[in-house]
Amino acid sequence: MTEHYPVLILLVPLFGALLATLLGSERQVACWFTALIALGGSSILAIGNICALLASAEGELRYRMGGWNENSGYEVGIELRIDMLAALVVAAVVIVGFINTIFAKTRVTGEMREKAAFFYALNQLLIVGLCGIVMTNDAFNLYVLIEITSLTSYALIAMGNRRAALSSFNYIIMGTIGASFYLLGVGYLYIKTGTLNIDDIHTVLQSGNLWGDTSITIAFILIMLGLWTKMALFPLHGWLPNAYSYAPGVVGSFMAPLMTKVMVYVMLRIMLWLFGGEYIYSSGLVWGELVIWMSIIAIVAGSFLALARTDIKKMLTYLIVAEVGYMVGGAWLANGAGLAGSMYHILSDAAMTFCLFLAAAIVILRTGDHRLTAFNGLFRSMPLTMIGFTVGGLSMIGLPPTCGFFSKWYLISGGIEAGHWSYVAALLFSSLVNAVIFFRIFERAYFGNLKGVADEQLPDDGDCAPLLTLERVPFSMLIPLFIAGASVLLVGIYNNTLVSWLKAAMPPL
Amino acid sequence: MEFLAAGFIEDHIVPKFNYWIYVILMMIGLYAMITKNNLIKKLIGMAVFQTAIILFYVSIGVKEESGIPILSHGQHHAIVDEGRPSEEVITKEKFANPLPHVLMLTAIVVGVSTLGLALAITQRIYISFNTLEEDEILDQLRRGGHD
Amino acid sequence: MTMKFFGFVAVVVVGILLLAATGDFPEWGDPHSPASEGQVSSFYIERTVNETKVPNMVTAVLADFRGYDTMFETVVIFIAGIGIIAVLRNFGDGAAHVPDPPEPDEGSDLIVRSTCRLVVPLIQLFALYVVAHGHHSPGGGFQGGVMLGASYILLALACGLPAAKRRMGERKAITLAASGIIIYAGWGVACMFCGGNFLDYASLDPLLPGDKAMARSHSMLVVEIGVAFTVTAIMFAIYSNLSTRGRLEKGL
Repeated sequence: MTEHYPVLILLVPLFGALLATLLGSERQVACWFTALIALGGSSILAIGNICALLASAEGELRYRMGGWNENSGYEVGIELRIDMLAALVVAAVVIVGFINTIFAKTRVTGEMREKAAFFYALNQLLIVGLCGIVMTNDAFNLYVLIEITSLTSYALIAMGNRRAALSSFNYIIMGTIGASFYLLGVGYLYIKTGTLNIDDIHTVLQSGNLWGDTSITIAFILIMLGLWTKMALFPLHGWLPNAYSYAPGVVGSFMAPLMTKVMVYVMLRIMLWLFGGEYIYSSGLVWGELVIWMSIIAIVAGSFLALARTDIKKMLTYLIVAEVGYMVGGAWLANGAGLAGSMYHILSDAAMTFCLFLAAAIVILRTGDHRLTAFNGLFRSMPLTMIGFTVGGLSMIGLPPTCGFFSKWYLISGGIEAGHWSYVAALLFSSLVNAVIFFRIFERAYFGNLKGVADEQLPDDGDCAPLLTLERVPFSMLIPLFIAGASVLLVGIYNNTLVSWLKAAMPPL
Repeated sequence: MEFLAAGFIEDHIVPKFNYWIYVILMMIGLYAMITKNNLIKKLIGMAVFQTAIILFYVSIGVKEESGIPILSHGQHHAIVDEGRPSEEVITKEKFANPLPHVLMLTAIVVGVSTLGLALAITQRIYISFNTLEEDEILDQLRRGGHD
Repeated sequence: MTMKFFGFVAVVVVGILLLAATGDFPEWGDPHSPASEGQVSSFYIERTVNETKVPNMVTAVLADFRGYDTMFETVVIFIAGIGIIAVLRNFGDGAAHVPDPPEPDEGSDLIVRSTCRLVVPLIQLFALYVVAHGHHSPGGGFQGGVMLGASYILLALACGLPAAKRRMGERKAITLAASGIIIYAGWGVACMFCGGNFLDYASLDPLLPGDKAMARSHSMLVVEIGVAFTVTAIMFAIYSNLSTRGRLEKGL
């Protein structure tokens, strides 16, 4: 039974999604319950998968679809490959999906009405796509799954207001360019190697010593460009802030923590397993340096843009742009600490972004205001929500014992080890800016608006304000927030275990 | 100079014309996606862009002197019913590589789905803004609020 | 103007990048290119008929060797369908300020209607043939499904959307689409119950006539039928939503 866990993690939400569409929107509660059970079951399976992996001797699980064994050293079918990194990311994905489903219940009833069943179906299919991306070991299958996540997110974002539809359109254009570049890169690799399995491509590249070929270099550049577009690395981030901030609240809250992180995971996977460290970092002097500088620009620009925003969700989305810079930079530092930091940050950033987006969604819904003025005096009127927001905010700044502190710790030690002081400086600068951003909010929340900035001076964008406001915050929203806050602390406290597991999964550099 | 150009065409363009065609098509699509103002024109660009990639993959599958990767009735009969070993009946050189075709079937489906969804979203935008010109939509938004 | 200029520069740069790679690519039709001569391609060409008894290698690779991909391809279609409904479908409230599309003639033309009545059954028969014969000749679930969907679209064009909706209502379309994937993925799960991996059709050998290779051949037919269900329903759903701005009332 345990050997089937990887595929069951995918299949349970897939059937859940189909069942939700069959039930139809007239049976909303049943749809919600289906989603809850499917994603809950999937979460249990994902945790079981981690346990199975810890028990196994090889440190990785392989699952051959269709039972096709390899033929003279080449995989002819599609293979799943789960190492510790993949298992942890999958667990993060399904657990975030599960908790968000609890959170979504009251909002979906209000916002989606006749389309509730479609929301639950698309929601689960997005989780299926993300899990599939993380586990597959086939470069083309990865493309199909990337398109599954993209299509579901286009549809989910466009379910919002008119601005959401417009941002979704821009996302389609950017997303298609990104995915097509990836597909083209895979085509270049296929033309040179004749196989699509990630491990086999690596073997062929190595045995044929194809590293010097121009086409392999260009394939690498194309795949990276595609993935950077998908993960919104700084100059290519244009689609992200609008898409995530105008999307319906329940959609943004689980897309923001998951999508970009999974794409960072794919980047690591392509870099370390498909091309291999010896190729990526050998020519590292040329592009490694360039990419780290790009990530530094992303961190600084993301922080500045976040500082300039007065809209809560827009501010958070620009913080994501900065966080993507952290992970890309860490991955290119070419040492174990940087890579471990980058991998660990995938988990910790998922936890803290989820926590912040949930808290922000609650605040916006309760106050009906989408600007920073919403926070005036909130520690008195909404103390429970503010506890969750504070944990997330402190983690963004990087105070112990939250996970944000430890991921920055590993990234900075990686930067010092590599002697890349400008990257270290960018990380510290971003912490400082985050401190300004979040203490400005905490100040408002404690003392109200002291500075005497008239509310009217803050620009108001009618499309951001929610249609319906809440009278009181239901427990179905607070409990997910607390779980998210607790996971921020737990991921932080158990950082040692997690990083040792991740280091074991890393291929030799 | 003329001699050089002729040599270049003979060595690099004629034997590899499939790559040149796909790149040219793809760039037409990309240009439309980036610069066109009308949302539908952008989508047309997107369709051209994706078709170019399909052309590229299918051209990988071309193999001289080979036919479609489907066994003829006689070959199938000989192997399945008469039990002759497949190595005797099938000559590898006579069949094209089936994998690019399979991959592109998937890519076509993905392309159609993306286009369909994009058209639906464009209709949604038209219903809300009553126009499909990007600058007019941005004008309307600027009057309404910030960025 | 500046946007156009920068766009042009970006396009030219990308184009040169892409062309630079062609230097070490195999030439057009080269039978010795890695893709054509590699182990994977040779395996598909030489072993498919022994392993699956299916003469059409494309179908065998599609539905069996890479069946996991194809399942998700069907899911992509399904997502497009329900995504379009989720984005565009208007259940009767709001957004009434947009002028209606021009009033359609409800199939007033006798010649068009009669031709349609003659042609639709033929299209559907041929589509069923394409689905069922997909592993022996060119064809399969996607191709047949698109034809079946087109036959409903033709009906909607000739006799008006209500006529087509009587045969394929929204609810029915969604159910059909979902059940297509349930057939596909359920067949894969059935393989797991019989002791194989997901989509390992050979393990269904005790339940199906013939040996293990025949079990694979029969299973391919089953999953192709699942694919055809989904594609048929979603093609029609896409058409009917796009042509009526999500109101499913009048049609073109």
